[in-house]
Amino acid sequence: PQTPPAEIVPQPIRDGIVVVINDKPYRHTGDPDLPLLWYLRDVLRLSGCKYGCDDASCGACSVLVDGKLKRGCALSMRDLADKRITTIEGLASADGTLHPVQQAWIDEDAILCGYCQAGQIMAAVALLARKPQPSDADIDSIDNLCRCGSYPRVRRAIQRAARTMRGKTK
Amino acid sequence: MSRAHDASRRRFLKVFGTATGALVVGLPALAWTPDELLGQNLFRLSPYVRIEPDGTTVIGARDPEVGQGIRTAEARILAEEMDADWPRVIVEPLDLGVTSANGEPHWTYGHQIASGSTSVPAAWNDLRNVGAAARELLMRAAAAHWNTGVATLRTAHGMVIAANGRKLGYGELAEAASKLKPATAPPGPKTAAQYALVGQDAGDVDARDIVTGRQHFATDEWFGDTLVAVIAHCPWPGGKLAHLDDTEALKSKGVEKVLTIPAPDADRPLGTRQLAAGVAVLAADTWTALQALAKLDVRWQPGPHPAQGDDALAAAAATAFEGDPAKAVRTDGDFVETAKRAPRKFKADYRFATIAHAELEPPNALVKVDNRQATIVAPVQNPRATFDTVHRLTGLAPDKITIKLPRAGGGFGRFLETDYVAEAVMLAKAAGKPVKLTWTRADAFAHDTYRPFSVHRLEACADRKHKLTGWTHRIASTSRLADREPRARWWLSEMHPDDLPAGLIDNLQYAWYALDSALPRGGYRASSHAVNAFATECFLDEIAHELKQDALKFRLALLGEPRKLTYRGHGGPTIDTGKLAWVLQLAADAIGWSKPHPHGHGFGLACHFTFGGYVAHAVEVSMEKTRLVIHNVVCAADLGRVVNPLGARAALVGATLDGFSTALRERITVKDGRVVQQGFKDYPLATMAQMPHDVQVILVPSQAEPTGAFDMGFPSAAPALANAIFAGTTVRVRQLPLWAELMRLL
Repeated sequence: PQTPPAEIVPQPIRDGIVVVINDKPYRHTGDPDLPLLWYLRDVLRLSGCKYGCDDASCGACSVLVDGKLKRGCALSMRDLADKRITTIEGLASADGTLHPVQQAWIDEDAILCGYCQAGQIMAAVALLARKPQPSDADIDSIDNLCRCGSYPRVRRAIQRAARTMRGKTK
Repeated sequence: MSRAHDASRRRFLKVFGTATGALVVGLPALAWTPDELLGQNLFRLSPYVRIEPDGTTVIGARDPEVGQGIRTAEARILAEEMDADWPRVIVEPLDLGVTSANGEPHWTYGHQIASGSTSVPAAWNDLRNVGAAARELLMRAAAAHWNTGVATLRTAHGMVIAANGRKLGYGELAEAASKLKPATAPPGPKTAAQYALVGQDAGDVDARDIVTGRQHFATDEWFGDTLVAVIAHCPWPGGKLAHLDDTEALKSKGVEKVLTIPAPDADRPLGTRQLAAGVAVLAADTWTALQALAKLDVRWQPGPHPAQGDDALAAAAATAFEGDPAKAVRTDGDFVETAKRAPRKFKADYRFATIAHAELEPPNALVKVDNRQATIVAPVQNPRATFDTVHRLTGLAPDKITIKLPRAGGGFGRFLETDYVAEAVMLAKAAGKPVKLTWTRADAFAHDTYRPFSVHRLEACADRKHKLTGWTHRIASTSRLADREPRARWWLSEMHPDDLPAGLIDNLQYAWYALDSALPRGGYRASSHAVNAFATECFLDEIAHELKQDALKFRLALLGEPRKLTYRGHGGPTIDTGKLAWVLQLAADAIGWSKPHPHGHGFGLACHFTFGGYVAHAVEVSMEKTRLVIHNVVCAADLGRVVNPLGARAALVGATLDGFSTALRERITVKDGRVVQQGFKDYPLATMAQMPHDVQVILVPSQAEPTGAFDMGFPSAAPALANAIFAGTTVRVRQLPLWAELMRLL
């Protein structure tokens, strides 16, 4: 057994990486190379962000970092200090009101197996922030993969959400 | 629409159908164990229907949800028959229903499998009775309450309504109803005229949870004190471990154990297929485990039979065709004699690459096992096979094994296998802690149960009136039943003796030739229907072109007068040529087949009968330099009565895009005896930009029994696309995937 130190001086915790996820601050004190994907899934158990591949090719782990669309598997925690991250769990309002993109996904029944849809929704949210009236070519720029073939309904859901969001800002 | 429940404070009406269709009421609720799975609400829900005092109706969906919409369809069937109030219906997945009968498993819920589009037909057969029985109990409870006759009562929207207009909600009646004995004979289901839900659109019952990120797939579940496992698999089929030094891996903080998965042993199969040899790292979290995996010093010894590439298999097929078939699948008349005399003859070979399932959720399994019980949470399509694997590996009594059926991130046949579950069970047993096994995407590509490689040799002949008088279809393939069934049965998964044009052409031969492969093969969407339909429908298109016949009229003439032909396979007992002709006509009309085609645009048609469903595709494409533009797609389908048109449309549109994606660029290749593909960058699934903006679906109204929908839209999509590409480019590509070859030939 080790001898306890003679004097214990409380120290404020200064180490670690502070990230704000869905408006809540978190301090990560583990491996700074930890990908955001696994921080969300294994540490915070925010499992809406899905593991689908190892090379940022599928988009199932798409999140927003300071409003920009990113793939969580390709981001290390060290690069995220003081960043604001939004995951699928943070899209709806605190009172449960869905984001117009989420509502549009339900209204168009753009589901199929559902595994890729959180990533598709995050990609759509980012697109509509840049392009409130997206053309088909704009929508085509989303390259999140869906094996089930939900693309036509995803396209319609994005167009529906765009109409809703334009209506609200008028 | 999942929700946590406190079972102990509720009284439920429990109605529960057995495998034989008998109804059992009032079974004790099995204990809900909220600690079993942290932070979520997959709990054991034994009956199909529970009605809570507030009127909430909880419907248990028995078949695994893999994106085919079965939870929604089953709930609609049940809710329809009991006149439940749909907005107050909650759908929960059932576990595998199994009890012990003298130590042997006894299946309590009947059909529980996602394979061959069989779930809706099975649910239609038994779950309507379950719903009708629940409604009858509720009506009797109301009759007793009002002291009136049941015959004077009716039901609607979760209420029993008396002749004088008085109403009682199902929630108010649930307790009394649960104490009644069920009717000796099940009350008959409704007539079609009474339907309020069946045939109407219903959104996916899990939609809200999915769009908010709350839907849990297997990979999102945890037990307390769980170790995460990742595995370095031997990349060579049948290979074994040659060297392992785990010193560095074990030094990593958070790494608990390094364990080995034994090399495959033909005498001791562990899962539904042989497991690859492997070295597993068990750690506190996934990232730590992956980091440590990279630090393993591991070398493998390849197995006795290296995997062969498709070129080697094609050469083997050419040799095989020189000899006798392994199975003469069908012989009508005399093709050889007919062809000798025929003025017009045709011949073509088609080739289909080995392809992977590429489901978005990689194989994974969460397992808790000790010497008393086991709980398995994994994406599974065949829960009984999963049970068998766990039963064999643990020796536990059947009622001590719980197989959860979480929503799966696709499947397409991959999750009919249980290899990844077997691995997790072995690791959890060895570790003495719950294990959450995660396969990487590279694992999923390197250790898939691939769709078999095949070469198809077709020959045909026609008379002077352009009528087909002879047809042969010979297939050489790496049957998915090899190593699973006796050799005499291998052809069964590869060729269907009654598939068209059998029965339409007098002199016809179907024959199958065996190819060996070391790569594991397994079931795939629509199974061999997909490649067989491609060969048949493209060859028909070629013949029509050679004979200068309109491809639609040529096909309709071949189908002939509407009549029923014997069909002995899944989807039989008959195939109705009139139904196939009708969906073909509908698709052709909708795409403007007989109208002038825009310059440079190619139109293509194809149709196929799959598992009881009749589907035709019509496709319009053009090439803009090296880009394929798919302008219009129509999918016309006769699937019998459609329970949920919104869900059936999703399945048909999805199958169409899936068919296009696999036809264009998907291919597994082999180098140095092992699979090359590691991820989506070298196995490119189609993206939104490459796919049509929409698919027009036409559902033929029908009073016939429902067929299901998931597989049916797949087989005719790819040949319609290939036929359209030919019409637009004059380039005929006789292989899948077709994109590289098309670019080479253009």
